Amino acid sequence: MTDPVLRVKNLTTHFFTRAGVVKAVDGVSFDLAKGEILGLVGESGSGKTVAGFSLLGLVDAPGRIVEGSVKLNGVELTTLSEAELRSRRGREISMIFQDPIATLNPMLTIGQQMKLAIDAHEQMSPRAAETRSTELLTQVGIPSASARLRAYPHEFSGGMRQRVAIAIALLHHPAVIVADEPTTALDVSIQAQILSQMRNLAQQTGTAMIWISHDLAVVSSLASKLAVMYAGRIVEQGQTATLLRDPRHPYTAGLIASLPAMTKPGTPLTQIPGTTPSLLSLPPGCPFAPRCDRATDRCGSEPDMTVQDSRGWRCFHPVGQSDTVRA
Amino acid sequence: MTDFLKVDNISRIFGPNLTTGEKIAARLGGRVETRSVRAVSDVTLSVRKGETLGLVGESGCGKSTLGRVIAGILPPTSGTITIDGAPVMENGRKVTTRVQTVFQDPFASLDPRMKVGEAVSEGPIAHALTTKSEARSYVAHWFERVGLDPVWIDRYPHQFSGGQRQRIAIARALAMQPDVLICDEPVASLDVSIQAQIINLFLELTRDLDLTTVFISHDLSVVQHVSDRVAVMYLGRIVELGPVEQVFGNPAHPYTAALFSSVPKLVLDADVLVSFETIEGEVPSPLSPPSGCYYHPRCPLATQVCSATQPATQKVSDLRAAACHHFEGQLANAADG
Repeated sequence: MTDPVLRVKNLTTHFFTRAGVVKAVDGVSFDLAKGEILGLVGESGSGKTVAGFSLLGLVDAPGRIVEGSVKLNGVELTTLSEAELRSRRGREISMIFQDPIATLNPMLTIGQQMKLAIDAHEQMSPRAAETRSTELLTQVGIPSASARLRAYPHEFSGGMRQRVAIAIALLHHPAVIVADEPTTALDVSIQAQILSQMRNLAQQTGTAMIWISHDLAVVSSLASKLAVMYAGRIVEQGQTATLLRDPRHPYTAGLIASLPAMTKPGTPLTQIPGTTPSLLSLPPGCPFAPRCDRATDRCGSEPDMTVQDSRGWRCFHPVGQSDTVRA
Repeated sequence: MTDFLKVDNISRIFGPNLTTGEKIAARLGGRVETRSVRAVSDVTLSVRKGETLGLVGESGCGKSTLGRVIAGILPPTSGTITIDGAPVMENGRKVTTRVQTVFQDPFASLDPRMKVGEAVSEGPIAHALTTKSEARSYVAHWFERVGLDPVWIDRYPHQFSGGQRQRIAIARALAMQPDVLICDEPVASLDVSIQAQIINLFLELTRDLDLTTVFISHDLSVVQHVSDRVAVMYLGRIVELGPVEQVFGNPAHPYTAALFSSVPKLVLDADVLVSFETIEGEVPSPLSPPSGCYYHPRCPLATQVCSATQPATQKVSDLRAAACHHFEGQLANAADG
């Protein structure tokens, strides 16, 4: 195994609000190899988006990375100055956001925006910039790309706008792309097109990706590795197929079992009782314990990550191989 | 079995918003170029008592508009809707309380400045299903029915989570004692673990209260789970209709087949990643739909007849219908594959 492009260790991001400290990300660690796609899965409020923002140093006050390290190609990002971070953002690590309407400037043509993104890191003649932009737009599946450079964002459909955002993220061939629910706002047929293109792009360009999503099915069809987040922590991680087939953490098992496809139509779905806890007032110990049917007194203290066969889980009472999905 | 909810030849056209100048010009007999959108086009369907009909399609296909027309929120441009023989609308006004709606976004559908108990009791009091003095116990009953603690009656919407708000919205709809429930993406804004809770509640309530339901969703797996029959919409038209297991199991319309194969599925039994069968292109603009069959520019089975003639809805089997010139070919395809 070669050195990972991205190594995240004990990443901890807290928000210091008047109501108290919100522990949005609490000790997140993972490695990402070249060309690998990691799916970061969690429900709303699980900290997955803040984790993604933290990687690029995009967390604003009152939030702050209080602990941990993010190493991109061996360079520690958390201690860099804003200027040093800027010189890397978009060039070595870039981000794709959920809402392509908010990402693009409505007043500039696609070509102008791509030129700006190129100029931020590279000296290039307008002609060369146009060639590069056209190339990338074609790569992400935009037909007659060179003509489309003169179009404004409103002239594109939602799916096409997201492709433009992806093309911009790819402009400088970054080592890592953080994608925050980029297909959530899109229709399934467009989502399928983009997912298959992203997979090909990761393979062709060697760009590693972190794909943040609440949708297990989307992530399972794209990512080779999964990390499941709950209440700011990664509660389980491992190879996608292993983790889905044989989940160890009761929360992962519950998420999989609660999908409609896992139950006979018309019969009650397996549900996880209760709701996700507020990150302001987490229960002591394992944050999932109040919703967990396997919880015991021991869960009053927090479990460490148990690592075994290149997978890991944070649970004292992991789900066994024999009773993976209890219907 | 008799048809309980009948939707007959419903069309809904959204006209342009004319500027004042254009209105004057039109009044003076001038020609104003109007561009209208046929959001729903000649839809005919029926739902039996106690049945759940799923309505699926991509954004802009008209499924929500159709739902709103059936619910009597939006008057149809043409066509009629009846519940048990009685019309839902007369002269552009809703004349029944027998159909109620649960909307997608429980944050937007509840008044933030109204106590949730009041929100639930407002309709029933207005329609004399309860009295002001009995409203509290009436609301408490419906709160319990949807799994909410009645002590929360005096709280405001912001004090509830998304899942709880959706329960309140369901209680508000059910407190009107409807026969027909229109659910417009009721679980789309909820987290997966909460989604399962609401779907279970929905299954339990529709069964116990013998509700006739139209369940609108873009999520095929949810629709597959809750529906008896399903209607697939594309650009305002129903392209396929039939029992859910038959339609999804062996689609007669190429669009249904393509839609179903685009849905990412949870892959449990393979270490290799699945390949998507993607639909080429995008949904055309409803302002200028293609000629003939609206799906023909994206359809692998399209022939000349498809661009020339709009396919009529044809019977596929006793319970199924599809609007496709080549549905037999599609069915044969699936049998081969």
